[in-house]
Order: sequence, then structure tokens, then C-alpha cells
Amino acid sequence: MISIQKASKWYGDFQVLNECSTSVSTGEVVVVCGPSGSGKSTLIKCVNGLESIDQGEIIVDGDIVDAKKTNLNTLRSKIGMVFQSFELFPHMSAIDNVILGQVKVLKRTEEEAQIRAIELMNQVGLFEHSSKFPAQLSGGQQQRVAIARALAMDPIALLFDEPTSALDPEMINDVLDVMVDLAQEGMTMMVVTHEMGFAQKVAHRVVFMDEGRIVEDAPTDQFFNAPGSDRARLFLSKILTH
Amino acid sequence: MGEFDYSVIFDNIPFLIDGLKVTFLLTILAVIGGMILGTLLALIRIAQIPVLSWIAAAYVNFFRSLPLILVIFWLYFLVPLFLGRPVGSFYSVLIAFVLFEAAYYSEIIRAGISSVRSGQIAAGRAIGLTYPQTMRHIVLPQAFRSMLPVLLTQAIVLFQDTSLVYVVGLKDFLVSAELIANRDQRLVEMFVFVAIVYFIFCFAGSLYARHLQRKLAT
Amino acid sequence: MNYNWNWGILFRDPYLGWLVDGLFWTISLSLCAWVIAFSLGSLLGIMRTSSSRVLRLLGTVYVELFRNVPLLVQLFLWYFVFPELLPDDAGRWVKREMPMPALSTAILAIGLYTASRVCEQVRSGIEAVGVGQQNAGKAIGMTEPQVYKHVLLPNAFRIIIPPLTSEFLTIFKNSSLALTIGVVELTAMTRQIEEYTFQGFEAFTAATVIYSVVTFTVMFLMRIVERRVRVPGMIPVS
Repeated sequence: MISIQKASKWYGDFQVLNECSTSVSTGEVVVVCGPSGSGKSTLIKCVNGLESIDQGEIIVDGDIVDAKKTNLNTLRSKIGMVFQSFELFPHMSAIDNVILGQVKVLKRTEEEAQIRAIELMNQVGLFEHSSKFPAQLSGGQQQRVAIARALAMDPIALLFDEPTSALDPEMINDVLDVMVDLAQEGMTMMVVTHEMGFAQKVAHRVVFMDEGRIVEDAPTDQFFNAPGSDRARLFLSKILTH
Repeated sequence: MGEFDYSVIFDNIPFLIDGLKVTFLLTILAVIGGMILGTLLALIRIAQIPVLSWIAAAYVNFFRSLPLILVIFWLYFLVPLFLGRPVGSFYSVLIAFVLFEAAYYSEIIRAGISSVRSGQIAAGRAIGLTYPQTMRHIVLPQAFRSMLPVLLTQAIVLFQDTSLVYVVGLKDFLVSAELIANRDQRLVEMFVFVAIVYFIFCFAGSLYARHLQRKLAT
Repeated sequence: MNYNWNWGILFRDPYLGWLVDGLFWTISLSLCAWVIAFSLGSLLGIMRTSSSRVLRLLGTVYVELFRNVPLLVQLFLWYFVFPELLPDDAGRWVKREMPMPALSTAILAIGLYTASRVCEQVRSGIEAVGVGQQNAGKAIGMTEPQVYKHVLLPNAFRIIIPPLTSEFLTIFKNSSLALTIGVVELTAMTRQIEEYTFQGFEAFTAATVIYSVVTFTVMFLMRIVERRVRVPGMIPVS
């Protein structure tokens, strides 16, 4: 489904990605973790072409992301993305956020889009908040609407870029619950997160990044019980002490 | 039209430079005067002195609602009336610019002062400085440094605005050029030349303002 | 100071009519120039934030060119120079046969000049909406024009209502420059009254009051508009 081969990227002289290779197959949940500044957010943004890579190749559903002939808009409509700071459209009600892409990109009729949006607002537990504007919702609620917005496009895979980092602690679980449900239903997911509990529960594999490199790429059990690198061990000891 | 005739420019360089001197002199004096009066207005508004602050606010909003040309006409008409004798248009125009630009400078300076964190005033008072001392030694130096690019941009706007003295016939750069243009029937050459000269000064100034902005940001 | 007051002059024929005519031309000129400034300025603002290097460059060149030459000089260029550069027939048409040549030229010059200022406001509005919103729009597969139409512009225009209002008022004030090429708008009319009656004080006061009243009325109305279209959580830029 998603295959990343030797992806490298520079910001000026600074190398953010250094020959990163990994993959996500259909139905798989892969968690990407690592210290801040390790390049994990950049890597996930390269998967749907929000950032471009300078070397290497990323293939999504058979298309090379950075190839000229690839229609990025079509590709992005198939791959959902959830952002750290939600990025709901502030001038539209919650449900209109979920409707917009369906009508403008997938060319569904208003009625079809409305029906699907209601379904999804129910699924994320926010139907009664449908007509509120984003600023009138809590962070956790906004993020769940953002997930609904991504799901409305009937994506073949979902990308999560630190979906709980901007949330108050008491709201994190509401969002994680929705994500766990999605994982258990068999959604293909690539998740950048520090939530190791979530990783242990649903991830098939964990990718650990540091200084732009993929240091470790292992099945979840192996990663937590017998990490193969010192840096991963250090990271885990820091993050799991509390 | 005939061929583009450069000689009309070269033959009149000294005359044009005299005009340019007037333009620059007016700009510099108006910037200084406008900034002094503008700072005063800003401080009065920020100090929230009853009545006075209200008058300062009214002054600023009033002048900002008027066309500069109208203000120039006003002073051109009023100054000789007050003095009871005719004076050169330079002084009445200069007063018009100072009064007018002060309103704009005051808004810039007020924003600059508000951008200095309020903790700084508290810190100044805490070491025993009076309110005016705190303003003069702590707040204003920081404010002016952060405002420098905007102040420069406003000076460039003022430099362009001085061309409006055309309406009272003061012999600045534009009027000098226009006199030659009409005398020698070379409007195309002269106005294009005038535009290029203004552009060079203003573009260079705005590049420098942007450079300052970047330097402050880091 | 020695001056004979005569406020009644303002309400006497033909001077009252002159003031009304002047205001009419000032407002007409301002509105027409605003149409040019707003539409072209918005287009330029979009160009300057677009992903196309060529469009960005074109936008930048326009802004630098029009912002760094005094408006009065631009007005003279359009009025005196531009017709000379055209082929003979076209030049003659612009100078003589075009309906109301001075007024049309003033509208064009002030509109094109203010477009460069509107462009910068639109650009800063779009930048304030942010890369995150742009990414969110792209991530659901919208094309760049769709992202502008449905995400960036609706938000950007809401937050830049106050600066756009002051750009319109800038046009309103700058319309007085048209008197230099012979458009008898409000300021020119009051100057004319002064010259005919020597009652400069009264004439200029009339213009001052009219400009202020129109300015404060526009600001008041736009504040209502801004409140009407505001969405929760949005902070307008001042």
C-alpha cells in the first residue's frame, strides 16, 4: 500500500530525512515514533506529497508520489490525513467540514454527502454538535471531527501526524478510542505519535526515527521487549518511566 | 511623438537637483517634526490622562480622515492669514506635513510602545524610576528599535507624499521637472525620468526597511 | 487676523450645488477605482501566495513598481505620457474622444496604484490563515484553486475587512489628486469656491466636515459588516 524507499530530504544544508525506507501494507497499523526533530512529521507529510523528497521514492497505491505524471489531488483524496492542530475549516460548521470534500472532490450530491456526514458524526460520537463551528468545540471534539472529515473521503489509508499532541490530557483518550476502533476494523494506518499505550494495543509494527534516520523498524512486541538499538532503548526508558 | 530625447534631462541637471534638494529637505524636516509631535500624541494617549488623551485620539482620527491635499490647501490659506503677511509656500507646506504625518506616526509609535511587554514598565517602576523616566529610558528605546522598519516605510510614504506640494506650486523635484517638460515640450522624457528617480530612492529604501525587519526578527 | 465671516455662502447658489457635485464626483471616482483596486489586488494577492514561481514573480514586480512611484507621478504618466506611447489614432482617442478622459484616467491610475496595496493586504490575510489550513485542504484532495476558493479566501477576506476598509478610505482621500488633471471633485470645488468668494475658511471647513463624516460613516458601517460575517474564534487583524 505505502512503500518508502531510501527517501532523503534537505532543508538547505540540513538533512531532515536520511535514506528512510519502510512500508505499510493493506490493513496494517504502523506507529512512527522518535524524539522531536527526528523527521517523523516530515516523513509522513511526504507520503501524501504535502512535502516533497529530494532523493528516493515513495509509492502509494501503485503511484510514485513525486512523479510528474501522478495526480497528487487524486492520490490525496484516497489517503486521509489528520493533523496535530486539527486544521478544521473555521468558517464552516463541523458537519460542513465533513461535507466539503465529498461534494467538491468526490462530486457527490449534497444529499449523499449529508447522509454520509451524519453517519460519520455519529461514529465519532459528535452528532449533536454537528452545527457548531470549530471554535465552539473542545480540542478533542475538533480532532474527532477532523477524523470524520478524513473518513468521509472513503480513504484506503489514513495518516496521523501527532493527533493527540495538542490536546489536554483528559481529551486524549476520546480521540485514541476512535483510532483504536478504526484500527480494529482493519483500516490501514500510519501514525506518528508518542502514545506508546496506543502502539502496544493496536500497532503491528513500530518505526523508530532519530536524526532523520529510521533506526529501528520492528514488530510491536519486539520493539517494546527487546529494542535492537541503544537509542530506542534510551527513548523508551525516558517515555515509559511515568 | 519624436525620438526619446535624453538631452532635455542632461541639459537641466542642476535645475532638477535643486528641486530634488527641496523634496529631500521637506521630507527630512517633516519626518523629524512628525515624529516629535507623533510621539507626544502617542504618549498622551497611552498615559490615559482624562480629556488630553481624548483630544489626542480625536486629533489622530480627524487628520487620518482628511486628504493631504486638503490639509495643504488649509495651511496655505491659514498661515499667511494668521501672520498677516504672505510667506513662502515652503513653511505653510511644512507645517501641513508635520500636522498631517504626526497623526500617522502617532499610530505607529503607539503600536510600538504597546508591543513592549507591560512587565517592562513594572520592572522600571520597581527599581524606583518615575513613569516619565520609565518611558524615556526603558520603554521608548525598545519600542523605537522594534519600530524602525515601519518608521522607515512611513518616511518613504512621506517622501512620495511630498510630490503633492505640486498643488501650491512649490518648486520640488516634480514641479521643477514639470516646468522643464512644459517649456521644452518634452513631457514623455521628463515624467518617465521623474518616475525612475522616485522609484530608485523608494525601492532602495524599502529594500533597506526589509533588511532591518529581517535583522530584527533574528 | 482680519477676516469677514460668511457661513451663509455655503448654502447659496451656485456654491451649494458645487459642493454637492464635488461630493458626487469624489464618491463616483472612489467607487469605480475601488472596483479595479479590489479585483486586481485580490488577483495579485492570490498570485503572490500561489505555488507558481512565475505568478509569484509577476505579482512581486507589479507591487514593487506601483508602490515605489508617487501616485501623483503615476497619474501624470497615465494622463500625459501613456497616450503619446500609443499609435497615433489610439493616442488621440485616449486624449480627446474617450468619454471624460480626465476622470477615466484618474480612476485607472488610482485603481491600479491601490491594487498594489490591496494585494499586500490579501497576501497577509492568506498567510495569516496559514500553511496548516492549506495542507488540510490539499489533504482531502482539493486542487489549488479549490483550496483558495473554499478555504483560504473565505477566511482571509473575513480577517482583512478592517485593513481593506482603510484601503478604501485611502482611495477616497487620494481621489483628491484627480484635481491636478482637472477633475472637479470635492477638494477642487472648495478651492474654486475660495477663489470666487475669498471665503476660504468656510469652503475648506465644508470639505473637511464632508470628508470626516463620510470616513466615519464608512468605518461604522464596515464594523457592522465585520460583525455580521464574523465566525466564532476568528480574530481580525487590525
